Amino acid sequence: MRALTWQGTHDVRVEDVPDPEIINPRDAVIKVTSTAICGSDLHLYDGVIPGVRPGDVLGHEFMGEVVETGADSTLEKGQRVVVPFTISCGKCFHCEVQQYSACENSNPADKQDMSATLYGHPMSALFGYSHLTGGYSGGQAEYVRVPFSDVGPIVVPDHLEDDQVLFLSDILPTGWMGAENAEIGSDDTVAVWGCGPVGLFAVQSALVMGAARVIAIDHHPHRLELAKKLGADVIDFTKTNVREALMEMSGGIGVDAVIDAVGMEAHGFAADNMVDMVKQKVGIGADRASALKQAILAVRPGGRVSIPGVYGGMTDKFPLGALMEKGLQVKTGQTHVQRYTKDLLDKIEDGTLDTTFLISHRLPLEEAARGYECFHDEQDSWTKVILKPEMKEAA
Amino acid sequence: MTKAASVLDRLPGGTRLDREGLRDLARGSSSKVAAEGRKAIGRGKRALSRETRSGKHARKAGEQMRENPAGIAGALTGIALLAGTVVFGAFLARRHKGGDDDAPGVTRKRTDSDNAVGGRTVTIRRPAAELYRFWRDFQNLPQFMENVEEVRPHGDHEAWVVKAPGGRTVELHTRVTEEIENQRIAWESVQHSDIWTKGHVEFSDAPGDRGTRVSLRIEYAPPGGAIGKGLAKLFMREPEVQARHDLKRFKMLMEAGEVATSAHTKQAAKNVAHQQETA
Repeated sequence: MRALTWQGTHDVRVEDVPDPEIINPRDAVIKVTSTAICGSDLHLYDGVIPGVRPGDVLGHEFMGEVVETGADSTLEKGQRVVVPFTISCGKCFHCEVQQYSACENSNPADKQDMSATLYGHPMSALFGYSHLTGGYSGGQAEYVRVPFSDVGPIVVPDHLEDDQVLFLSDILPTGWMGAENAEIGSDDTVAVWGCGPVGLFAVQSALVMGAARVIAIDHHPHRLELAKKLGADVIDFTKTNVREALMEMSGGIGVDAVIDAVGMEAHGFAADNMVDMVKQKVGIGADRASALKQAILAVRPGGRVSIPGVYGGMTDKFPLGALMEKGLQVKTGQTHVQRYTKDLLDKIEDGTLDTTFLISHRLPLEEAARGYECFHDEQDSWTKVILKPEMKEAA
Repeated sequence: MTKAASVLDRLPGGTRLDREGLRDLARGSSSKVAAEGRKAIGRGKRALSRETRSGKHARKAGEQMRENPAGIAGALTGIALLAGTVVFGAFLARRHKGGDDDAPGVTRKRTDSDNAVGGRTVTIRRPAAELYRFWRDFQNLPQFMENVEEVRPHGDHEAWVVKAPGGRTVELHTRVTEEIENQRIAWESVQHSDIWTKGHVEFSDAPGDRGTRVSLRIEYAPPGGAIGKGLAKLFMREPEVQARHDLKRFKMLMEAGEVATSAHTKQAAKNVAHQQETA
C-alpha cells in the first residue's frame, strides 16, 4: 500500500510499505477514506520530537471503512468509523477512570523505558507519533491496523460526510477538553493563544460552554478572521501588547482562564524565545514556551491555566513564581479522546458544532509531502489539510 | 567487610574505594581492601586538616578585610564553602545510613546481599486467584516471558528452556520452594542447574477495587563472576530489565487479553521477537 513516511527533518515521502494485518484478537484493519495533517505532525516534521525513525508512517487523524476484524473485535466489516489518535485498552485503571491517554497497556513493554526515563512514567500509545508512544504505524496511509478496535473507533452514520466527523479523531475533542480544563463559568473572560485548529475549536467550545467573552490571540490575519467569525474578539500579538490589552479587556482584573493552544514551537521575538530556539536546534532543552509564559502572567490570581498545546521536554525561565504566588490551577495532557467522541458526535449531528469551516485544502494522499510543506510554510491560508487516498486530483 | 567499606565511604577521599574496593570485596581479597582502607583514612585525615587550615585562613582574611570592604565578599565565600562542605558531608553520612524506612528492600540504594537483586510491582485489575492460577500453571509463562521458550515438568522440579543468542537454547532447573494459594510462589534453582537464581512472586489485594498487586523479586549471582556473565549472556538482557518487561506483558495479557505490539504485519511481529532475541 501507499503511505506517508518520515525520512528526516522536513523530509516526508509517500512510499510503498507492506499492507497491515490482524495480529492481535482485538485488532481491526481500516481502509482510510480521509486523514488529516495535524499541527502536532509539524513538530515531527521539524524534528523536535525524539524517537522518530526513518520509514515511520505518520498520521493520527483518520477515518475509514472496516475491512478486516480480529476474533474479539466488536466492529463489523463495512462500518464507517472515526479512530481516536490515542490507543487505549479500555481495561486498565486509567481507562476505567476515563483517563484514556494514560492507558497502561497500549505501549509495547520494550518501548516504555524511553518515556519512563523522560517523564517518570511510560506514555501510552498514539498512532504515528514516534517510538516514545509505541511506534505504531499511522493513518496517512491507505490502510491502518487499529488495536483495541472494540474500545476506540466510533461508528458514524452514513448521512454525515467525512469532512463533518473526521476531526472527532483528535482536534475537536482536544479543543473541547482544552476548554473543559479551563473550567469556564458563564461570567468568564477566556483568552486562547493560537488560532490553529485546536485553538479555533477551543474558542468554539468555550463559547458553547457559555463564556461571556473569548479573546483569541494569533498573528495570521486569516486565522484571526476565522476566530472572529466563531464569535471571539481577537488580538494580533505583532501589533498589540497582549498583556496590557487583556488587562484592559477584562476590566483590570485579568482574564479568568487561559488556554495555550500553541505548544512547544511558539513564535515571538522575545529574547528568551530566541535563546530557546537555538537550544531546540542543537537539541538541548526542547520546548519554546513563550505563549505559555505569557498566558501565566496574563491570567488573574486564582485563575485557570489549560494547556492542550504539545510539549515534549524541558523549558527554563518558567514563571513558577507567578504560578504559585497567584494561586493558579493548571490542567493539561494528551486528550482522553474516547471520553468525548459520543457527546461530540451528537453535537455535530444536532448542529451545535460545525467543524468544516476549518478545512482549507483537500489533497490526494500522493501529494501529502506538498501538504506538509504548505501547512508548515503558509500557515495563514493553509488552515487544515485533508488527505484522501482515493482522490485523483487536488480540490 | 561490607561494614568497613561503608564506614570508609563516608570519609573524604574514600570515594575511590566505593568502586574498586567493593569490586575487591566481591573478589574476596581482604588484605588489599584493608590496605586501600588505610590509604583512604590517610586521605580523609589530610583532607580534614586542609579544611581546618582553610577555615583559619578564612578567619584571618576576614579580619584583614574589615578594613578593606572589597574583600568581604571573598571572606564570605570562604566561610560559605567551608559551611557547605560540612553540610554536604553530613548529608552524605545520613544518606548512606538509611535502611530504617518503610520502602521495599529492592528500592534501597545499597543492598546487604552479595547477589544482584531486582524486582517490580504492577497492579492488575483482575482477582488474585485468577492471576495466581495462571502463573502457577508454569506452561503459561512463555506467553508473556519473551525469552522463555518452554517450561516443562522435569521429575520433582521444572526445566526452563531459555532462548540464547544465535538461535541456541539453554536449560535452567528450578524447584518450587514455597507456595501459598492465591498469595505466593517461590522458587530456587536446583543443584545441578547451570545458573543459580531464586525468586518469588506475590499476589496481594490492592486498595478498593483496583485489583491485585503483583510483586516479582529475583535474585541471581552478580555479573562479574563467570556464572553472572553466563547469566547476562543467557538472558541477553539484564535479568532485571527482562523481568520488568515480562511483568508488564503479564499485566497486558491479564487485563487487556493480549500483549501489545506495534508490529504492522505478522512477519514484522516475528522479526520484532527475533531482534529482541539477538539484541
